[in-house]
Formats: sequence, C-alpha cells, structure tokens
Amino acid sequence: MYRAHVLVCGGTGCTSSHSPEIIDALNEELKAKGLENEVQVVRTGCFGLCSNGPIMIVYPEGCFYSQVKVEDVPEIVEEHLLKGRIVKRLLYSETLTQEEIKPLNQTNFYKKQRRVALRNCGVIDPENIEEYIAVDGYQALAKCLTELTPEDVIKIVSDSGLRGRGGGGFPTGRKWSFTAANKADQKYVVCNADEGDPGAFMDRSVLEGDPHCIIEAMAICGYATGATEGYVYVRAEYPIAVKRLEKAIEDAKAYGLLGKNIFDSGFDFDLHVRLGAGAFVCGEETALMTSIEGNRGEPRPRPPYPAVSGLFAKPTTENNVETFANIPQIVLNGPEFFNTIGTETSKGTKVFALGGKINNTGLVEIPMGTTLREIVEDIGGGIPNGRKFKAAQTGGPSGGCIPEKFLDTPMDYDSLLKIGAMVGSGGLIIMDDTSCMVDIAKFFLKFTVDESCGKCTPCRVGTRRLLEILEKITDGKGTMEDLDTMEALCYYIKDNSLCGLGQTAPNPVLSSYRHFKEEYIAHVRDKKCPAGVCKNLVQITIDPEKCKGCSACSRKCPVGAISGKIKEPFVIDQSKCIKCGVCIETCRFDAISRK
Amino acid sequence: MANVNIKINNREYSVPAGISILEAARLAGVEIPTLCYLKEVNEIGACRICVVEVKGARSLVAACVFPVAEGMEVQTNSPKVIASRKTTLELLLSTHKKECLSCVRSGNCELQKLCKDYGIEDAHRFDGFRPKYEIDASASHMYRDDEKCILCRRCVAVCNKNQAVGVIGANDRGIDTHIASPYEMPLNSTSCVSCGQCITACPTGALSERDDTQKVFDAINDPEKFVVVQTAPATRVGLGEEFGYPMGSIVTGKMVAALRRLGFDKVFDTNFSADLTIMEEATEFLQRFTKKENLPLITSCSPGWIKFCEFYYPEMIPHLSSCKSPMGMFGATAKTYYADKMGIAPEKIFSVAIMPCTAKKFEAERHDHSAIKGIPDIDAVLTTRELARMIKKQGILFNALPDEEYDAPFGLGSGAGTIFGATGGVMEAALRTAYETLTGESLNDENINFTDVRGTQGIKEATYNIAGNEVRVAVASGLANAKKVLDMVKSGEKTYDFIEIMACPGGCVNGGGQPIQPASVRNNVDIRAERAAGLYRDDIGLPVRKSHENPDIKQIYKEFYGEPGSHKAHECLHTGYTVRKKY
Amino acid sequence: MKSVEELLAIKNKVKGQMNVRSENGEDNIRVLVGMATCGIAAGARPVLNALVEEVAKRNLSNVYIAQTGCIGVCQYEPIVEIVEPGKEKVTYCKMTPEKAIRVVTDHIVNGKPVAEYTIGAVAK
Repeated sequence: MYRAHVLVCGGTGCTSSHSPEIIDALNEELKAKGLENEVQVVRTGCFGLCSNGPIMIVYPEGCFYSQVKVEDVPEIVEEHLLKGRIVKRLLYSETLTQEEIKPLNQTNFYKKQRRVALRNCGVIDPENIEEYIAVDGYQALAKCLTELTPEDVIKIVSDSGLRGRGGGGFPTGRKWSFTAANKADQKYVVCNADEGDPGAFMDRSVLEGDPHCIIEAMAICGYATGATEGYVYVRAEYPIAVKRLEKAIEDAKAYGLLGKNIFDSGFDFDLHVRLGAGAFVCGEETALMTSIEGNRGEPRPRPPYPAVSGLFAKPTTENNVETFANIPQIVLNGPEFFNTIGTETSKGTKVFALGGKINNTGLVEIPMGTTLREIVEDIGGGIPNGRKFKAAQTGGPSGGCIPEKFLDTPMDYDSLLKIGAMVGSGGLIIMDDTSCMVDIAKFFLKFTVDESCGKCTPCRVGTRRLLEILEKITDGKGTMEDLDTMEALCYYIKDNSLCGLGQTAPNPVLSSYRHFKEEYIAHVRDKKCPAGVCKNLVQITIDPEKCKGCSACSRKCPVGAISGKIKEPFVIDQSKCIKCGVCIETCRFDAISRK
Repeated sequence: MANVNIKINNREYSVPAGISILEAARLAGVEIPTLCYLKEVNEIGACRICVVEVKGARSLVAACVFPVAEGMEVQTNSPKVIASRKTTLELLLSTHKKECLSCVRSGNCELQKLCKDYGIEDAHRFDGFRPKYEIDASASHMYRDDEKCILCRRCVAVCNKNQAVGVIGANDRGIDTHIASPYEMPLNSTSCVSCGQCITACPTGALSERDDTQKVFDAINDPEKFVVVQTAPATRVGLGEEFGYPMGSIVTGKMVAALRRLGFDKVFDTNFSADLTIMEEATEFLQRFTKKENLPLITSCSPGWIKFCEFYYPEMIPHLSSCKSPMGMFGATAKTYYADKMGIAPEKIFSVAIMPCTAKKFEAERHDHSAIKGIPDIDAVLTTRELARMIKKQGILFNALPDEEYDAPFGLGSGAGTIFGATGGVMEAALRTAYETLTGESLNDENINFTDVRGTQGIKEATYNIAGNEVRVAVASGLANAKKVLDMVKSGEKTYDFIEIMACPGGCVNGGGQPIQPASVRNNVDIRAERAAGLYRDDIGLPVRKSHENPDIKQIYKEFYGEPGSHKAHECLHTGYTVRKKY
Repeated sequence: MKSVEELLAIKNKVKGQMNVRSENGEDNIRVLVGMATCGIAAGARPVLNALVEEVAKRNLSNVYIAQTGCIGVCQYEPIVEIVEPGKEKVTYCKMTPEKAIRVVTDHIVNGKPVAEYTIGAVAK
C-alpha cells in the first residue's frame, strides 16, 4: 500500500523532454530515502498540457509540477515526499494562488474541458491492465457479452449520436449496422491509428495513455458487427504507442479478455497490430486496408464500401482511435451520458490538438459546440506576445481556416462545414497577424502534394500544378488570371479526385481565398505580402533615423548583406539579403523592419 | 440479375443491376472515354477520364467502376464533365513527353486520340515540373519510357493478374510516381519473361518493342547476305489489322508479297516448321507416354512460358518438351539442311523471323543450343508490328498487293501448323498426329477437330481415349492460368499426360508482338476469339491438315533428318533449359 | 476471463490502491499527518503508514491522507488532524500506529472522535 503516488507523464512529448530519466531518478532517490514502499511512481499517458512538460502530479495532494528537470528530483523527494512540503517553485503557475494550491481541474486549461476519450490519460499506468480494470475497464465489454445482444449494442452506439472522429463525421452506429447487416464467413474490425495530420496527436495520446480502451472498444465492435478479428494500423513513427499497445494486447490475452470464449459467452476476438510506414494516404480507409493486405497503400474506388468488401474483401468496420475511445464509456453509462453533451447534431466531446501561436499548446478535450473563442482565449490562454488572432486552421491539410469574425463559431461538424472549415481529425493551429494566409495555404498544400499517392490524375498532377500557381503568387509573379485558374483547379481537384486526400487537398487554398481574398490580391496586384512573410515580396530595411550604428546586425547577418560605419546608419544590400530576419531580432533599437 | 431503371442524359433505360455506368452507357449507345480501364484486368478508377455526373453524388464519379442503381440519373456530357475531362487531359499532357511526331504510337495512341476528340487547344497549358527518367532499354525485347507514361497501370495489372509475373509496379509517390521494377532494377535484371503483354496494354508510347527493323534493312541491303524470312502462324491473322482489314482476316498471300518487295531473298512459312515440331514433339510424347516418364509433357513453343518455367517453376523443367520452338527448328534447318542444299555458307544466311511475340527476341538470343556452334539459328526477330512499320516505310501499298505463295522447300504448312497460333492449337495438332500414329486410323473431316481444347477460356481440360489409352490433356494460356495448372499438378490435385502452355492469354494471336488494339476495342471485342476464328477458318481451307501428311515434311525427313527423334534431329531441333534466379 | 465476478474482483483489489489519485472532492475527509523534522523524529512515519494501510484495508475512497508541516506544538508530535467537511477540525497528538488504527475505526468510520487522544485531553 502506497501513501503517495507520483504520476509522471510518459507521453511522447514529455518522453522527449526526459521524463524517463526523471522516473529513474525518482526511483533511485526514493530508494535512497527508504521511501520505495511508501511512494509509488507511475508512468502515465499524456496530460495534455504539453507545453509545460515534463509533467508530474503528486497525490494525494494533487500537486501539478510542470517543466520538471532531473535536477529537481532530489528536492521533490526530500521536501514533498519525505517532509510533506510542496515545492512551490515547480508548481504549474496557474495552480499556485496566494492562499492555497488550486486543484488542476480548476485551472483555465482544464476547467472547460470534459474528458471522455482521454479520461484515463494521465490517470492510470497504461502498461498495467489492472489499473485499467480498476477504473471500470472491460466492464463495458462484459456488459455487452453477458447482457446485451449485438443489436442492443448498435442501438446504444447509434443513440449516443457518436460520429466518426477521424474526419468524415459519419455516424458510428450506422457504420456498424452496415457491417452487421452483411453476412460473411469472416468480418473484420480495423482501428485507424495512422494519424497523419500535421500537429494532430490525440490518437497517439490515447494509445500511449489508455491502450486497453481501444482493445475493449474493438472487441465490442466485433461483437456488435459479427467480426472475430481486428487490426490496429498504427504508424511506425509512434514507437511508444506501438509498444504499449502490443503489451496491452498481450496482457488482455493473458487475462482472457481477448481470445476464445471471452466471459464464457462464446464470443472470440483476436487482435493484430500492423505498422504503417508513414504515408499520409494510408489514413484513408481503403488505402489503409490495401496496406494491411500487404500492398502499396493506395485507395480503391468506393463502392464497394468496406462494410461490404473491405479488408481482404470481407465486410469490415473501420473507426479511428478517438472514435473507439468513446465506446466503452457510452456502453457502460448509456447513450444519454454521451448525447447530453454537445450540440444537436454533434454529440459528445472532441479532442483538439492545439498548436501554433497560442500560449497553452497541447491536447484539449471539449464538449462539441464549445466556441473557438473559448478554446483560444480561455483554454489556450490567448496569443503569445500580445499579438492579434488572425485565423485558426482546423482539420489540418484537409481542412480550412476560420477567420477572426467567426471566433464565436461553435466547434462542431456542421457549424465548421458551413464556414468552409471542418472538424477533421482535430488539428487546431492558431495563427496570429504575423502569418501570411497564402503562405499557410501553400504550406498545407505542399504537404498533400508530397503525400499524394500518385494513383489518380487530379491529385497526382493537379495538386502539384496548384502548388506551382501558389508559388508563383508568393514569388510575386502571379497574375489575376492565375487566381481564376487556381480557383478552377481547386474545384476540379475536389470534384475529380479518387479519394478523400485529393478531394480535400484544395480546402486550405479555397478557404483562405474565401476569407482572405484581399491578401491574395495584394500578392498579385500590389506584389506585397501584408504579413511580411513571403520572402520575395518583402524588403528588410534599416530606418536611418533609429539606427545607432552599433553594427550588431551586421555581425549577425549570415550573408554579409549589412554594412556601414560605426555610429552611422547601416544599410542592407538587397541583392545579398536572404530575408532571414536575424537582424530584426538582433537590433536593440527597433530600427530594422520587414515591409 | 434483375434490371434497374436509370436515366442517362435524361433518357430512361432499363439495364442489368450491378453493371458499371460505363457498361450501362454503352448499352444506351453512349461511349464514355476511358484510359486506365481494362475490363476485368484493370478496374481501378485512377485516370478519372471517365468521370460522369450522378445526381446526388458529392463529386463526379468514375463511370468505369461505379455500379448503376435503381433511379440513378447520370449525365455523361454535361459542361462540368467535359471541362473536367479536358483538364484531366491537360494535366496528363503536362507530365507527358510530347514527342508525338517521332513516337512509335503516333496515330495509335489513346491519349493522342482523346486530346483530338476533346479539342485540346493548348497542350502546354499546365506545363510545370515534369520528372525525368532514363529509358530502360536493358531487356532484349522492349523499351520503357516513363516520360510518356500516364500511369494508367494497365501494364502493371496485366503483368500481375494475367501473367502472375509482377515485375513492375508503381514506385515513389505523388508527381514522382512512375512505373518501374522493385528497387529501380533494370528490367533485364528481373524475372520478366519478355511476354510483351504490357506493351499491348499500353495506351501510349511508354512501352514498345525493341525495334530491330534497321538491323533487317541493313541485312537486306548487304549484298553478302542471303536473307531468308519465316512468318509465324499468328502473323497472317494479325498483320491485316495494321492495314485496315477487319479483325480475323487472313492476309497470308499479301504478307508474302510484301516480304518479297521488301527484298527478302526467300520467304518461308513457320507453319512448315510447326509441322516439324509436331513430328518431334508427338514422337517425344509417345515415347514418354509409353514409358510413363516425366509426365506430363509440357509444350515448349512459347518462349515467354519457357522463361516463366525457368524462373518460377525450375522443378518442372524435366517436364518441358526438349523440342525447339517452330521458329528455332526453322532457323536450325535453314542454316544446316537449306544452306547445304543451296550451297550457301551458313554464316552468310541471315535468318529473320516475323513473330507475334516479343519473347522471341529473347529466344533468338539463347545461343547455347544452336544447330551450328557459334552461329545463331535466328539472326533477327521482328514483331508483326515491326513488319507493318517496314511495309509502310517502304511505301508498299499492302492492300493493293497480289496474293503470292511461299518459296519452296519450306513453303508448305498444314492446317495443324496454322492453328499453332491459337491456344489449344499445338495440342490439337499433336493429337491429330498422335491419334493416327497410335491407332493407325485416319481422321476424317468429322473427327479431325478436337474442339474441347479450342476456345479462349484460360484453362481447358479433356480426356481422349486413343487406341485403348486414356490421354489426359490440359491447355493453359496466360501465365496466371499456367501457374494454376502447374500448382494443381504439383499438389497432385490433377494428373495430366500432356499440357500445352502459351504465355499470352488466348495464345499467339494475342501475342505481345501483335497489332495493338486500343482499350475501347479490347473492352468490347474478344480479340483473341476473333483472331483465332481466322486461323481455324484457314485450317479448314488448307489441303493438308495433319503435320505428318505434309509432303515437305516427309521430304526433309527422307533427305536429312531420317526419322523423328533421330540423332540428327536431336542435334538440330532439340534444346535444353536453365534454372534462372529471380533476382 | 470467464466471469464478470473475476473482473470485479480485480477492480476492487486495485481500486483501493488508486484512491489516493482522486482529485479532492468537497465531501472528502482529510487526514493530515505532521511530517516536519519534529514529527518524523517523534515517529510520525509509522503512524502515517498505519493510517494509509487501514484506510486502504477498509476501502475508504473518500478519505484522503496527506502530509503537512510543523504546526508549532512539537512536544505533542506525532500529530494527526482530521478535517471533515462542515465539522470542526479534530487534532490528535502523541499518536502511535495503534492509536491511528483506532482513530480510523472510531472516528472516520463510526463518526465518534476518540476524545482521549485529542490534544485537549493529552494537554491536560
């Protein structure tokens, strides 16, 4: 029996900022102080507040230590764990008030969140199946197998209003019922863990922090749809997730929660892990199945839909990680638990990966319908350096941007679609007024151009030509006709591409063109980049009035473009300048600017 | 299956449920253009040229793979559809090496035709980054120019699905996607069997046979060379297509006339050496059948099949007939018997073979068993297409030519020889001879046709009772079918005495060297059946229909080879095989 | 796993051990053990451990045991404070593991503070 538990985040973010070393140091230090039988160290999944990692929570006090270093460990053990004195300097600033320590769930970052999919992340040891069981794990599966018919299960999922969290937003219960309706000698359940949107990592966090809930959900899906085998297709770039998932599957088998005759119900379910090699297109369900089959990961035309002919040409249900993560809770607590959260057409919660120009970057799970403003201003803690919000990109390279005037838009499937954006897989990148929207569109398009599988013409060649037009525009060589061609090409690619990757690839261009047309026109007609980002359209100049002639900029300039006499104004040779901006950062007199 | 009611371009139709919009439209008399679609072989909806508007659909759909459904309303020619197809063509052109003037497929290019049909005004509208590739000319039978490739993947599909070879596929991704072998290996380093089916599947000039016409022109123009030519059975039913004849037309006489006008010194018929092959192979079969040794005997006429066997089924090599192919037997006979008879030094004879086949180019380079050491049996192999090219280049008005006869002494071939060009033909020819040899009875016009082994299905089986012996035979065409048969034999599931295998689906009539028919034709006409029908008509019309009754054959055994299977015959007409490593 | 009972058995076994991780709810009973140098020297650690074990044994999910610093009456260490919502704080002093167990059974479980251990009684 341990009197105190120290939870240390073992997610990918904190792992890369040395949380494993912190855990080692903790164990050593506890042993040295003879506390190893009183204090338990638990490596958990992600807490979400990644910008403040490595993160450590000490219970029973619930002290949230952030940005912990290995050197801090002796102090934490000596002061807190031995003497009961909280190390205030390490507390997450928001939890430290004058009179007392504020519980974590009272902080801005957490108080508007509602954790369903992520409920066990940062709470349990993902490598310990018994901890998962202790938090009601596998009870939903037990309930299905011992009390419910497959039809009952599908009804519960349907009634919950859960929609696919991978991007499409298709009603999950309906998807299951399609597969259930098809008779076949073999059916499959596939979990799409090939999370590929730049910046999105909720699926990784669930697999790292709560792998058993995916196993449980897939078994439930198998029971509901008549499948006895499942595959988790996970990116090879997620080694921690893979390791924990494999351990979880092994443990579940050892506990008889996977395999033959689970809960003596006659239901068999087996699970396999397949690693993806990092192709974005393999997140598309038919490409993913083609890849599992051992072929080059390319999409196939639909129909036939996977519910009819999916993996190995058998009826298959494919859901993404976050969708599955909701299932045990829905089954256990009933559909009302879920459909009372969210909006009319978008039930439950959604995890967003908050990134870009925002103070609290990390993973947030919010009720559907929370406004973008609440996410940015409350949960995210606003824009750094007092800059102004310009737009948010949702849905990654398949999504669109949301300009400031739509800050009060509820984040749900339909509201976002209406303004040309999408929930997508939940990437949420915040941009401030230093971001050029044409450049951002180009960035996302470049991603899809690189990731196009090359099967169909519109995506293989069309997206590349679209990118070339954007490059022409940001190089200052665009014409007004190019804008027309660009728009026409966008619609052509959307209408003609074989799969979702191509069909959504033009979205960042179309939505930024819709909301920031004047910015595009400025690039074309005025040959100016209003945000000062597009290198070929900006000049960096030194204001002779402000320049003190200190030569600091000249010394930092990597290409020797700045010259002058000490104590006289310096000048930049535009033919040499590469517009890297180092001089601007160097100048202490605010004399250099980008225009 | 039941019918469904649909609307195509606002008109109502009742069409079978489950068929594609493409097929439904065709039933309705509407042609939807295609590029990547090859019926039952490549149904991947990749090129997007066949897009149509379906009411209620989120985006345009690919007609080639989208099934019809009750109440569906389709627009195949709306402004949006036409504009989309045009853009698709313009995008394809932007990555295409537009060297149409010098392209081997100019005039017979599916991309070119569509661009013309859709009125592409600016072939450079979307020009931009275009990846550059080296032409792969490593193989002895073909070139691949990825810069002309439109990535329809028809070649990949036939190589994988029809031929079970699969040495090509898509490499890289996005705009850098290109068709190549694994690890960018040159084709000759792979287990490619040289069948050339990829070439006839290619809509553009990306894949083409190695052009040996100049080599032949040079030989013809060399006064020192005595240039003889032989024409394979299937060429006479293929060549006409290059000159506007309906599919299945027999143009033997005009082909002979054209070859003479091209300057060949002697024009001979491979049908003759096909008969020679039957004499040797039937004898070989009867010997093995009597001794129950190395059965089933498997035919060896098809060099693509031989290479496949050497790569993929080396353990089956003992089952292969040791007979050279008809081409090889002709080459050997020309440089020995004929050279001797005519008093020409064998090295002065330049022996050309007109073949429906690209693998024959590879076969001709297997020198290890030539009749005279150091002198190849065959000096050049031209495909049917290359012959057509030579005829056109020399301004010979093919259609206006008189019908002419082959030269003696290898000008006479039996009907059994002619049907070598169709799947089952070699089997039937052998059965005609084996039957008469074993029974001592003569086949008449009624029972000379072994129809069980005819037809275009990939695998055919029959059992014949010949003089009290049960002879179990199988015929496979297309290497994927060959693989099935071999696997069944290996597992013991099936037992045969004699198997005919042809690398190309349908046999030589559909060989990799035959005239190329666009997908729009291939998807709607069974070119294998049409061409084969021509050969079977030719068989019926010939005075001699059994190899052993060919007087020229009797003559050559009398004068030179003695009897089938003799020592001399083995020296000239038989060969050996090598185990090949796949990579 | 052949029955739901098996699953629940595991759950109940482990859940008790994990209670310590719950966020402090409004109705939680807080048990504070003085763990400054004086407390430790006087033997606070065995007291703390005994409390933890007893609470776990009885699966008291609403009881939260924490350490606290010196409260200024070092001569009465080890000191344990019981803070119940809506009630006055009870301070026990000169605690031993045995006394601690009784405090759990009488005070926390049955709601009857052990008067003789309280600071008022001991200080007399």
